[in-house]
Amino acid sequence: MAETLTKQDIIKDENIVYKKTGLMTDKVLSYCPGCGHGTTHRLVMEVIDELGAQANTIGIAPVGCSVLAYEFMDIDMQEAAHGRAPALATAIKRLMPDKLVFTYQGDGDLAAIGTGETIHAANRGENITIIFVNNGIYGMTGGQMAPTTLPGMKSSTSPYGRDIKTMGYPLKITELIARLPGTYFVTRQAVHTPANVRKAKKAIRKAFDLQKQNKGLTFVEIVSNCNSGWKMTPVKANQWMVDNMFPFYPLGDIKVDGELVK
Amino acid sequence: MAKVKGDIIVDIERCKGCEVCIDACPTHTIAMSEDVNGKGYHYMQNVHDACTGCTNCAIVCPDGVITVYRVKI
Repeated sequence: MAETLTKQDIIKDENIVYKKTGLMTDKVLSYCPGCGHGTTHRLVMEVIDELGAQANTIGIAPVGCSVLAYEFMDIDMQEAAHGRAPALATAIKRLMPDKLVFTYQGDGDLAAIGTGETIHAANRGENITIIFVNNGIYGMTGGQMAPTTLPGMKSSTSPYGRDIKTMGYPLKITELIARLPGTYFVTRQAVHTPANVRKAKKAIRKAFDLQKQNKGLTFVEIVSNCNSGWKMTPVKANQWMVDNMFPFYPLGDIKVDGELVK
Repeated sequence: MAKVKGDIIVDIERCKGCEVCIDACPTHTIAMSEDVNGKGYHYMQNVHDACTGCTNCAIVCPDGVITVYRVKI
């Protein structure tokens, strides 16, 4: 019986088990092949789809690789000035407290130029969700060193590797934010394997659920690759990320229910 | 024993050939094509029919090009 099953029998609408969510537009993503941004975009949209909150969500797009996020996410979006997404999200959430408000930011946006906005929004305990994609480099502008670049890691502005004597230490902004009393849920995830994608989606879902309950700021960091900036193939970049990024940026929950767990 | 059989449909023109899905496939069903799409990328495709419809390839795909089908037999 199994042998008689043809491709036409399997490929039917009623047999679909996974399909790109309708909240992602049909535009081709502007990201490099293998970039974690695409997966993260989709996870955020899947969660909003599951919550049935397409008409009730306002996203804030950052400056950086994901500057065109509003082209790909089929929800209401607002573009913020560089690093100012948490400030804008604060305003939107205070004016429209019944909306789900999230910012989607990279490490150059959130941990460099927008450090002040990020820390103060977290410290005020604004009831927003921040999705933070950390790839340890300024991807869009050509792979320059970012605050999150690892010690010894090569970038176009640290060609011999980041020297901590002259260039300082990498900023673990997620740990920093977790120590502020205004944050309620802080976690670090990745999207390079199916298991990690599932965990990351659960974390994003939890963050949005907690925002609905007005618990305070929820923060999800996604450690991602930047294969173009790191000058590797996507698969090698993922392996490099596992070997080098994860020891410095360990995955897992950092703050759950307002209590530090790490 | 209930068995499952799956299949995938790939949006070839949107695939960027990053090969992340190939590592994620537990049955080694997918591989890169020798042909290229309109943008010059090799795209991924089904090479044999061991697919179980586990959706691993589809959920790691950064560009969301894969639709997964599954039937119980």
